[in-house]
Amino acid sequence: MDKLPAGQPSRGSAALLEVEDLHVEFRTREGVAHAVNGVTYTLHEGETLAVLGESGSGKSVTAQAIMGILDTPPGFVTRGEVRFRGENLLGMPEDKRRTFRGRRIAMIFQDALSSLNPVFSVGWQIAEMFRVHEGMSKKSALAKAVELMERVRIPAAKQRVGDYPHQFSGGMRQRIMIAMAIALDPDVLIADEPTTALDVTVQAQVMLLLKELQQESNMGLILITHDLGVVADVADTISVMYAGRIVERADVMNIYSNPAHPYTEGLIASIPRIDMKGQELYAIKGIPPNLMHVPAGCPFNPRCRYAQDICRADDPPLYDVDRGHRSACHFWKEVHDGSIG
Amino acid sequence: MSDIDASAAATAPTARGGSQHHEAISTALPGRPQEGHGEPRSLGKDAWLDLRTNPIFLISATLIVVLLTMAMFPGLFTSQTPESADLTKSRVGPSSQAWFGYDLQGNDIYTLTVYGARASIMVGVLATTITLLLGSLAGIVAGYAGGWVDSVISRLTDVFYAIPLLLGAILVVFAFPTPPETPSIVIILRVVAALAILGWTPVARIMRSSVIGVKQADYVQAARALGASPVRIVLRHILPNAVAPVIVVSTIALGGYIAVEATLSFLGLGLTPPVVSWGVAISEASTFVRVSPHMLLFPSLFLSITVLAFIMLGDAVRDALDPKLR
Repeated sequence: MDKLPAGQPSRGSAALLEVEDLHVEFRTREGVAHAVNGVTYTLHEGETLAVLGESGSGKSVTAQAIMGILDTPPGFVTRGEVRFRGENLLGMPEDKRRTFRGRRIAMIFQDALSSLNPVFSVGWQIAEMFRVHEGMSKKSALAKAVELMERVRIPAAKQRVGDYPHQFSGGMRQRIMIAMAIALDPDVLIADEPTTALDVTVQAQVMLLLKELQQESNMGLILITHDLGVVADVADTISVMYAGRIVERADVMNIYSNPAHPYTEGLIASIPRIDMKGQELYAIKGIPPNLMHVPAGCPFNPRCRYAQDICRADDPPLYDVDRGHRSACHFWKEVHDGSIG
Repeated sequence: MSDIDASAAATAPTARGGSQHHEAISTALPGRPQEGHGEPRSLGKDAWLDLRTNPIFLISATLIVVLLTMAMFPGLFTSQTPESADLTKSRVGPSSQAWFGYDLQGNDIYTLTVYGARASIMVGVLATTITLLLGSLAGIVAGYAGGWVDSVISRLTDVFYAIPLLLGAILVVFAFPTPPETPSIVIILRVVAALAILGWTPVARIMRSSVIGVKQADYVQAARALGASPVRIVLRHILPNAVAPVIVVSTIALGGYIAVEATLSFLGLGLTPPVVSWGVAISEASTFVRVSPHMLLFPSLFLSITVLAFIMLGDAVRDALDPKLR
């Protein structure tokens, strides 16, 4: 993957998917949890956007809001827009919106076993995509299913088309899920922690497959993950989320070499490294905030080693660090230069 | 009521235990290399392939076919009619001429049992079918829609659930008396209606909880994310995964309905002569159980075999619908 200068979409320049100032809250008995607070990102054709963050940072909820599969109640989109090729998905009636799912925007999930219907064979489930959306006959839909299984490199696809999800290994199941997601040639594919449930060697294969499929069809890929290692090789841009907001976004090279937010810095420092054998693993101290009681000021301030009074008082906006590189830290400049801490 | 209550209660933990069992299997066999068939397979086709070789299914299906044939064409099994009675043979025990013996009126018990199959099986099968459809519909709507729809349906279920089946059935039957010349089919349908009006609640409750469980499954969300319509989600993703406990409960309830019909007949409220049924025969025989046990034995035996056959069938069908057990 060739890397282009920061801020440049890697290939086709048309904005596919724009998320603007998205707010999602969960109304529960205990109170209102602000899961997503003003997330903004743009995805272009052929671009891979990695959304990075700990559990509970709002990355999956953002994806669910984009897809329109948020459980309502308790989840509500309270503000913002999600535009697909300029068309706002959020104001759309459900019937119309459904036609976007699968066909325009598709999604794959973390646990492929539980994401596949246990009572139908995988071939049946892939074929279902063609039968429902394109009204194809049973026979030709099944032929397409085999074709797709071959495309996601499932060995002996023809023989295995009648097998059930539980008869496949984790990596193969994820491939089947991917096959279903790309069946209708969507423009955007959202992968919600696609490799988390897999072991390391299989992770790499699945990521490679996603990358290849993306290159074949020039689709936009949103990769939701908490694993920086997975992201490094495949992503073009990275958005780091914390407590439901984006704290830093940058070109992948920039973020690794020159993070401008202490949280990103901490994440990078926490990657276990083989050349640091014997040393203690680094961890960001503290735990992510309770989304019902997000601390005043910068939400990261209780865990931040650079925190000053201003951090406890004012929530920092996204500052421009560089072209396409933005950081929500009062001390972005110092963190970026390494002149602090 | 108590029979059905007990069966519902007994099945709920079984169903839960069952799903844990499945998980255990699936983790034990991740990606078992599979001999390929390469054939397009559907749920129904696979279930049939599985059933064809399942001895429990074969035995129960054979029994049910025999019983249904008996119900439809009793003339094939006996040359006599239930009307031909010979009082000189009143309560005569089994012999080589009449293997089952004779009842109080001197009717051949074998003939009575054969002819009784129709009413008993009709009551059991019809009541089960109607409660299954009614209860499933209520349970699916309540479980899938949630919110106030769920509240209304659930409270309605509770109201009906609070009325004991037998007592309620007595009331319904009592409220709609049949004049003496009523055709027997109407008498049978009246009992079926009485059972169905009150019997759908356990099915609805189990279906509702089953649907709520399945609704939260990841594959339902995945199906939504890939653009499936609500109807499709219910029919293809929720129903096939939620139906197993209901099938088991219903097949067990089938026996219960036949038993309640027998009780109603015993009280003189259910099926009444000229309709012959196992329930009528059992209630008549119960008076003479100490002097002529054969009168009770044979209709009861057929009742038990029928109930057992349907339970076995339900069990086999449930297993066949679960690919993980294959």
